[in-house]
Amino acid sequence: MTAYIIRRLLILPLILFGVTLLIFSMLQVLGPVERSALYVRDIPKTDRQVDAIIVRYGLDKPFYVQYWNWLVGTVDGNTGERVGGVLRGDLGYSRSGREPVIDVLIRRMPATLELALWAMVPVIAFGIWLGVKAALNHNKLFDQVARVFAIIGWSFPTFVFALLLLLVFYARLDWFQPGQLSTGFSQEVIKPGFTQYTRMMTIDSLLNLRPDIFLDALRHLIMPVTTLMVVEVALLLKITRSAMLEEMRQDYVTTARAKGLPEKMITNRHIRRNALIPVITVAGLTLAGLMGGVVITETVFDYPGIGSWAAAAAVSLDVLSMLGYALFSAVLLVAANLIVDIMYAVLDPRVRLS
Amino acid sequence: MTTVSDPVVLRPGANDAGELREMTRLEKAVGPEWARLIRGIITNPLSVTGIVLVFLFAMLALFAPVLAPPPNENWPRMQIPRDGFKAEPQPPMSVWNKNSPMSVPWWYRNVWPRQEQWVHLMGTTSGQYDIWYGFVWGARTAFFASFVVTFATTLLGVLVGTFAGFYGGWVDEILMRVVEVFVAFPFITGALILASLLTPMFGRSVWPATVALIIFGWTGYARQLRGDILATKERDYVLAARASGAKDSHLMLTHVIPNAMFPTLVRISLNMGAVVLSFAALSFLGIGLPEGFADWGQIVSFARSWILTLDVYWYIIVFPGVALLLYGLGWNLIGDALRDILDPKLRGKKA
Repeated sequence: MTAYIIRRLLILPLILFGVTLLIFSMLQVLGPVERSALYVRDIPKTDRQVDAIIVRYGLDKPFYVQYWNWLVGTVDGNTGERVGGVLRGDLGYSRSGREPVIDVLIRRMPATLELALWAMVPVIAFGIWLGVKAALNHNKLFDQVARVFAIIGWSFPTFVFALLLLLVFYARLDWFQPGQLSTGFSQEVIKPGFTQYTRMMTIDSLLNLRPDIFLDALRHLIMPVTTLMVVEVALLLKITRSAMLEEMRQDYVTTARAKGLPEKMITNRHIRRNALIPVITVAGLTLAGLMGGVVITETVFDYPGIGSWAAAAAVSLDVLSMLGYALFSAVLLVAANLIVDIMYAVLDPRVRLS
Repeated sequence: MTTVSDPVVLRPGANDAGELREMTRLEKAVGPEWARLIRGIITNPLSVTGIVLVFLFAMLALFAPVLAPPPNENWPRMQIPRDGFKAEPQPPMSVWNKNSPMSVPWWYRNVWPRQEQWVHLMGTTSGQYDIWYGFVWGARTAFFASFVVTFATTLLGVLVGTFAGFYGGWVDEILMRVVEVFVAFPFITGALILASLLTPMFGRSVWPATVALIIFGWTGYARQLRGDILATKERDYVLAARASGAKDSHLMLTHVIPNAMFPTLVRISLNMGAVVLSFAALSFLGIGLPEGFADWGQIVSFARSWILTLDVYWYIIVFPGVALLLYGLGWNLIGDALRDILDPKLRGKKA
């Protein structure tokens, strides 16, 4: 197992190198003139300005030189200072956010994390419960209903579902509103009396002993959480169900049954324990999946996380923000994958003992 | 009827005793594997529903010029005609004044809604784009995106997966690391960003989103085919063929790929639906397509400026939304049934 984990860790830098290379390659579909606008805050107006920027930042140099400059930054000819460089944490300036990309990411990240965490709890609970129950009732009514539900959930366009929720629960009934907080409260949380410890509203409000803000934040989370749930529950249900069915066919189940173990014990002690090993790893990826899947949900519900910012950046062709977001979400997913793989190795005795 | 020149071929029977029986006509025509597939598909109510749904959309796409005629001969057909420029959407069945279709087809006059003048059958969006026109012609966009993206991703994935799986070693190692790099991006994030970057190059058209979905969509096929080929490669009949001196290319084309192909078929079907949802999501966010292009995702996006009064303007979401849902559902139902039929672990058991 140790060898396996070491191998995974050795591959990690390679993958991250590939990720940066892919991101930088995507940038190459823009011409040097368009890319020249990326390195300065104001869009250059005259041809001479554009040419100066192209020479200054080496945009006419070969690909690998440009890539290296992008990675480690360039030395300013006049001051001798090293400027830029993704590896140095400088992701450039976000035109749509009007501040450095890295600052926008840090500022908007907690809201998205909060949304994903709140969605994860019901997704895992419902997904596993429904999946186990469907497998135990294989081909009976519950299984058929769960299956049709999963297919519909899987086929439902996220943005249509989200808009339908808004139609019923906001426009018609006015029970829930889009956004993160009601107008009054959103003014209040930026006043000096309210300390933002984590920038996650549901946690900060409790730490500040403000149950009214907590309930308000929760009310705003219900619609986006429900939207995120539809697809993810369907996915987890499918995986749990097939993992359960797979285990139910194994010889050890027959053995357990032959030695007269009660059916309930077979299910709880043998089948479910083994079936949940792959499910746990998928559940681990759910968080990363939710973080990546928030682009549309956040946009529709006008929720101030990194997803809605990325969508806005893509529409206005704010390239540096897009690249920053891409790099960020890729690193997140690679890290989640690594953790999940290691968890799998630790949990599964077949891998652990090999 | 069996003649002398038509030898009786026996197959294992359906019963558990393993009795042999004569091949059915279907099995003779297409082979036992495909026969089982076809029989499974047409006897399962869910997949039949799926086939009917996809067929209906195919009809919608095919007969678009009859169902929603363009305003004149030279009209760019994928462009939704607009009845003026007013911001406020109009409800279904309101009068169509400007840019109405050039002809009144017989179904419109005689079946439904039995009128001589065109009305907005499904209402209009803000900016007075006719929803019915977009609904009908949007089916063409959907089929275009599904077919082009699925075809290209399958081809790319099958190529990469086959080379990786068949040659193994460092070829496999490198190709799989490349796949891992692509998989590191959440699918919609990668597609969103690439489509946005491609827009200046292609101009506003269907291509930015299509190309972006292809570039981030092939990895699933590659991984799956590689796994299937690795498994098939070790089968006795492949080893036997290799031992008898068959060449690599011959082995790959006649033994390995055809046997690893069936799981890919399931993925293709499921992908046909998924592609359209991703494509619509991108155009909903405003990436790629020009304004007023007949696409379901884009019609829904017009609802974004009417969040407060969505219950009044429900028709902007409901009609194209239902089209998207049913189109995706159709393909997913077929794919789901295919998977059940082809899953070797479930084979022999009554599914």
